Amino acid sequence: MIVEAIGHVYGDNVDTDVIIPARYLTSTEAEELARHCMEDLDAEFVSRVRPGDVMVGGRNFGSGSSREHAPLAIKGSGISVIVAESFARIFFRNAVNVGLPIVECPGVTEDAATGDVFRVDLDEGIVENVTRGKRFAATPLPPFMQEILDAGGLMPWVARRTKTGGASGSSGTPGVAVGVPEGEPPQADWRLD
Amino acid sequence: MPGMTITEKVLARAAGHESVRPGDLVMVRVDLAMGNDVTAPVSIKRFKELGVERVWDPSKIALVPSHFVPAKDIASAGLMMSMRGFAREQGIEHFFELGRGGIEHILLPQEALALPGMVIIGADSHSCTYGAVGAFSTGVGSTDLAAVFATGEIWLRVPESVRFVYEGRPGPWVIGKDLILSVIGQVGDDGCAYQAMEHTGPALAHLSQDSRFTLANMAIEAGAKSGIIAPDEVTLDYVRARQAATGRVREFPVDASDPDAEYAATHTIDVSALEPQVSLPSLPSKAEPVSQAERVAVDQVFIGSCTNAKIEDLRIAAHILRGRTADPRVRLMVIPATQEIWKQANEEGLLQIFAAAGATVSTPTCGACLGGHMGVLGPGEVCVSTSNRNYVGRMGHREAKVFLASPAVAAATAVLGRLAHPDEVGVEPPDMALMSRGPGAPLVAAGTAVAEGGAAR
Repeated sequence: MIVEAIGHVYGDNVDTDVIIPARYLTSTEAEELARHCMEDLDAEFVSRVRPGDVMVGGRNFGSGSSREHAPLAIKGSGISVIVAESFARIFFRNAVNVGLPIVECPGVTEDAATGDVFRVDLDEGIVENVTRGKRFAATPLPPFMQEILDAGGLMPWVARRTKTGGASGSSGTPGVAVGVPEGEPPQADWRLD
Repeated sequence: MPGMTITEKVLARAAGHESVRPGDLVMVRVDLAMGNDVTAPVSIKRFKELGVERVWDPSKIALVPSHFVPAKDIASAGLMMSMRGFAREQGIEHFFELGRGGIEHILLPQEALALPGMVIIGADSHSCTYGAVGAFSTGVGSTDLAAVFATGEIWLRVPESVRFVYEGRPGPWVIGKDLILSVIGQVGDDGCAYQAMEHTGPALAHLSQDSRFTLANMAIEAGAKSGIIAPDEVTLDYVRARQAATGRVREFPVDASDPDAEYAATHTIDVSALEPQVSLPSLPSKAEPVSQAERVAVDQVFIGSCTNAKIEDLRIAAHILRGRTADPRVRLMVIPATQEIWKQANEEGLLQIFAAAGATVSTPTCGACLGGHMGVLGPGEVCVSTSNRNYVGRMGHREAKVFLASPAVAAATAVLGRLAHPDEVGVEPPDMALMSRGPGAPLVAAGTAVAEGGAAR
């Protein structure tokens, strides 16, 4: 997947309370949540964002609450990929689980501003700030997480594996398994959970 | 081969392996899966989308309405109806109705459902709190929880552990909250990102189980995956007392880190030198000693949340508020963490002390902590809160300012109408043994029902 689009650029510690404030958590619908996405940090975001745009964040993006409503709101707003210097752990899992592409990319906020054009090549792991002429190497996702994203999220992925009988060994409900990433070589630098 | 940390031991057992190392990806069996009224309804929706009929084990699921209880509007009533319906349909016994529950992170240990050695997966970021009894426990989102509902398993990356060694003896007014705010100030908001925080050291002997819950509770505010404390006599006394009180008696493993276990880092903290702390807006890491902080005037003081609304916290607040009143310009709110704690505080006369001080005392709810309902802040208002997050907009309007502190600092602030060190009120520090009396400040103390047949409820 290659995306080239306008970036909405934020700083460090963008927490899930500003991505979607608790006052809207009585809804579970992405479309409704998207109407209030980022409003306490960037009131113009909702009117400015266009389908396919890129969200760019600093360190510890998505920190705080485990509310999956946060990646749902961002996905619902039309953002196609989030690139950040680093992600908070629960947000990282949640984004992948709801099928929202996310890329860790140290250095990406350097001189960046909202309105810059970003080119994100998820397959090659390259992020470019086209406007500023800067190019960064992204941290690749491990293959099984890439599979989850490609399937559109954890639930479609589990359903697909269940139907194809591709997973077994679960101690839970017969025929249903999340899938075993065991056997993937340990990688100390993977920040994925 | 080096030894294992307590976190590695718990995960290895749950994965069915002899040993695991940091960085390993493992599938682990889940002993307890928890969701609340914000997260569980989404999990239930995902679970149904998957087309699975029955959850893997209804006895290992806890559903706790806590965030918007009592239902604040029709939409939140709908969230709770979804949980209630699912609990009935799936035979989930551990559904905690309004008036019989409370905030999940204090409730589940109290109910002897969160035990040492377990793997606990909670769809709430403060699920790390259960690490205070020696469980591996971490927060996830709704979809991960839905997958656990279906399979009873979850994939995890074995985290590196970071060791915090507490030395010395806590000085006057210093409790678990001051330790953890100071630690977060030291390591930063993502200082332990993706890692397990392991709290150890001789000073822990002076920390009650209630204070330990606070230490583990705020692991997430340092970006950590989990926080854990190896069970010692304080913890085991607490757990056994809760098992006796609830009748939920079962065996559990007691783990400890090997002496040659490896850590990504070790931090040593002399708690003797520590003063009461306050975190300035709008990050928990902006912690400093209260004595050095600007004496900002406040509009609201909130004593509540999963972080600091246990019986020890309420006793400390009452110690300061007894015979005093909140400054007329301050709204003081006290919200005990669970119904049991509410009842205990009532029996001990604490609720009367709060009411006489001009506080409003509410039924247990997370409400105010997340700006959900009850105590939402308006533009520019200032609040000193015993909760865990002071992010922009967390407790209401984006221009409101939240200072995080212990119940002692919060109560002193309420009396003086501005941020205050407890010493400024002119009350002697309490005898902490009295504040946390009994094993882990048990709810079974002071003549409650445990004496008769071991059933407290």
